[in-house]
Amino acid sequence: MILGIDVGGTHTDAVLLNGRFEVVASAKVLTNPENLIVSFREATSRILNGGDLKQLERIVLSTTMSTNAIVQNRVDRVGMILAGGPGLAPETLRINEDTRFISGYVSHRGLEAAGTDEREVRDAADSLKKKGIRHLGIVGKFSTRNPGLEQRIGDLVEGDFEHLSFGHRMSGNLNYPRRIATTYLNAAIWRVYNRFVEDILRFTAEIGTTAPVYILKADGGTSEISQSAKYPVGTILSGPAASIMGILSLTTGKEDAVALDIGGTTTDIALFADGVPLLEPFGVTIEGRKTLVRGLQTRSIGVAGDSRVRWEQGELRVGPEREGPAMAFGGPFPTPTDAMIVLGLTKIGDREKAAAAMEILGGEANASPGETARIVFEKTCGLIADAVREVLDEINNKPVYTIHEMLEGKVIEPKVLYVVGGPAEAMAPRLGEMLGCRPGLPKHAEVANAVGAALARTTTEITLLADTEKKILTIVEEGIRQDIPGRFSRDDALFICREKLLERALKMGAREEDLIMEIIEDQEFNMVRGFYTTGKNIRIKAQIKPGLISPRKDGGTPS
Amino acid sequence: MTAGKRKTGLVFFPAFDWAISPTHPEREERLLYTQDQVFEEGLLDLDNIFEFKPGIATKEDVERVHICVPDVERVTTESHMISAGGAITAADKVMSGEVDNAFALVRPPGHHAMRIVHGARGFCNINIEAVMIEHIRRKYGRRRIAIVDTDCHHGDGTQDIFWHDPDTLFISIHQDGRTLYPGSGFPEEFGGPNAVGMTVNIPLPPQTSEEGFLYVLDHLILPILDDFKPDLVINSAGQDNHYTDPITDMQFTAQGYARLNDRLSPDIAVLEGGYSVETALPYINVGIILAMAGLDYSQVREPDYDPERIRQSADTTRYIERLSEGILGLWKRREEQKRKIRRDSEFIRRRRSVYYDTDHISEEQTEEVRVCDDCGGLVTIDSTANHATRIFAVVVPGGSCPACRRKGEEIYGSRSRGDGPYQHIYFQDRDRDLYLVK
Repeated sequence: MILGIDVGGTHTDAVLLNGRFEVVASAKVLTNPENLIVSFREATSRILNGGDLKQLERIVLSTTMSTNAIVQNRVDRVGMILAGGPGLAPETLRINEDTRFISGYVSHRGLEAAGTDEREVRDAADSLKKKGIRHLGIVGKFSTRNPGLEQRIGDLVEGDFEHLSFGHRMSGNLNYPRRIATTYLNAAIWRVYNRFVEDILRFTAEIGTTAPVYILKADGGTSEISQSAKYPVGTILSGPAASIMGILSLTTGKEDAVALDIGGTTTDIALFADGVPLLEPFGVTIEGRKTLVRGLQTRSIGVAGDSRVRWEQGELRVGPEREGPAMAFGGPFPTPTDAMIVLGLTKIGDREKAAAAMEILGGEANASPGETARIVFEKTCGLIADAVREVLDEINNKPVYTIHEMLEGKVIEPKVLYVVGGPAEAMAPRLGEMLGCRPGLPKHAEVANAVGAALARTTTEITLLADTEKKILTIVEEGIRQDIPGRFSRDDALFICREKLLERALKMGAREEDLIMEIIEDQEFNMVRGFYTTGKNIRIKAQIKPGLISPRKDGGTPS
Repeated sequence: MTAGKRKTGLVFFPAFDWAISPTHPEREERLLYTQDQVFEEGLLDLDNIFEFKPGIATKEDVERVHICVPDVERVTTESHMISAGGAITAADKVMSGEVDNAFALVRPPGHHAMRIVHGARGFCNINIEAVMIEHIRRKYGRRRIAIVDTDCHHGDGTQDIFWHDPDTLFISIHQDGRTLYPGSGFPEEFGGPNAVGMTVNIPLPPQTSEEGFLYVLDHLILPILDDFKPDLVINSAGQDNHYTDPITDMQFTAQGYARLNDRLSPDIAVLEGGYSVETALPYINVGIILAMAGLDYSQVREPDYDPERIRQSADTTRYIERLSEGILGLWKRREEQKRKIRRDSEFIRRRRSVYYDTDHISEEQTEEVRVCDDCGGLVTIDSTANHATRIFAVVVPGGSCPACRRKGEEIYGSRSRGDGPYQHIYFQDRDRDLYLVK
């Protein structure tokens, strides 16, 4: 059995799944924002009994813990040591008053273009220590090409701080400003996240289960929880990821699809390509900070069930504000939910109050409540459909860098529209019509997030760079930098890449049967001096892509 | 910096799967390290920089500029159509006001491609700036356009295409043709009889450094642009004046390129050559992008940058000062020059040989232009490649006067394929966007 728990902002949901991944029990409790463990305990106790406990073979958790720590600024003060060299003016990279710039940097080829000054590093570390700072981020430009400089700085300050976060460990992707932001966030939530992990592990020990505990990351994949404690920043936006994985878990399609989670304030849009959720190309954004955190792509718009509806200069406006619930539920302003009630699309709320809402709104436009409700409903669906088209357009027009992709690149053409959330049933048919998609309403949508978390597979990614001119191979996510022979080939690189990806995934708690690898980047370039080829520049990126774990064929419990 | 933050469009198309040949300078990884540097600096995340996917140019876009022999398909590949399409996308984003300026960081380049195309020369098949400019004129109306070509090689293709066009000022700054391919681009090449002064060539001596380039910009190029008053300034942004470029002999720098771009302030920049793919291009491109976006580029420099080592000699400085003065004088006397060239001729003829180094083709060409004060003048071209393929082309200019048009139609109508020495006869009507072949 698998226990899936989604600790959301308002509710904490728990589900218990059997070996055929069927929901055998579920519970919904209010989240206690002060102490998430309390909510965790309450939800769990409602659905678990002694017998289940013994059969439990994994617990998966999605939580807003890291996100909330950042959003509410419950983070530690972090010192940053940056070694960027020439380029963008350093001041634009300063992340806080505790940022120190030091000399020394790495070039795009991974060469140390200028070394560090030991004295400077010591002075920077001392000044930060003096301020009582105990968490340090160390980030160099192109440290993904050669982590040596960051590691040396780390060696110099070893023991001076409670925790060091290194830029090169955050991601194999390029982007120095994002690397700085990601490393900063990782260091900032490191202590609070590690405490949370301790609490969770204490709790599971208390209730007497030895089942491994996983956490859902932003990319819709899981990681064993104590492994995740090293890179807590990977668990930001776990909530939205759970919602997308939830929709995925409740559907069976392998087609291109749109997924909408229509809530009270916002509607979240996600896309599936051949049934696989799309990842952000560079990394997710949190609180306006662009990061290198691998994450599922979502777009949020302020048009949803409780959006305030009003006329403005002859135009009907829906959202982005939510001033309270629908008038049918005693709210202050007309909303799309009121319109849907008047149109008979849903049976919730007080019909008379809803009609009154449309009456108020219609008065300004000289329309009957029925007509008004129709206009509001059309407008709301239209705005959501426009946003979906915009997202699709953006993704299908994403720049590509080869002629092959230019001419043969995948174009996403959704055939199905999955809708979850309060107004899902009322809106799905019309939205489907507008978007030319077959509407789908997943079952168990009310606990979709918890199910999605429960069934998500372990995901990870590694980046291999081989420079046969310099005879060096780097796998930065693992901190590997080793010598290779000059005849090292792309096949060798692919072999090592697969092997290291497997090791990494297993370490993170992946099940053998879910190790579905995918090469997502595979490039090989000649390096030419004069008119002779002097080496090859091989770049491979491999991943275990987001998806669901597979049930065992005999329908028994997966091991 | 001379201006505040600007919205800058970037069309980046490195064509990682296209090369002329595996060790040719124009090969797959030419923009690889530029991509690395641009990505690592995080430029695409800046709120005033917008990346756009290139469009694909159509056959019609190319036929508006070139006469491809025998046809467009036979002398281009997809890469050329995407590269030209990228330049067009950059232009559209600027013309529609979506961005303030744009940089088409695309390959393969185009500035050695002339009006008649029998094959590739100087790594170029079709002239991507020219295709872009004629697209702009077709879609947004006749504009006065200045092209400033800062590639180290003379932009002989662009010069040829706009040689007779009084509305296009072409300024090329390059290493002296006596020391570098294609061997042309001297101040005496000053525009056709209907467009005297509309071609300005500035051949700089080898080893010219930041000081020399910026001197020419301030004392020659900017004053000429002030006189010409273009609606649009286009920079053919070749990057091979760099001190590490393997096939040229200049001493320019990333910092210099950024300053030049900042002061020139082009509406659209289009990448041309530049083959120091690892030690120059990443830094030059970051510098240009920051300069176009109005951001601080003062900290951009190459790891081995040493201003002392690349300083130009005092002789070079004096030479450049005299050269600039001479060319500015020529520019000021362009009307006088025009009368001298024209005398009372109705048609003026030029004969020349064009060598296509990339494809090893020799072309013999006779071009005639009708002397005209009302438009760019009717042009006819008789071209033979490798003593075998012979074609005849009639080109009616954009904004043509009735007399030039009548004459052009008459000539095209009077010739028929098969009764003369020509394999094909082409009619390119730039005014009515018409292209006929027989």
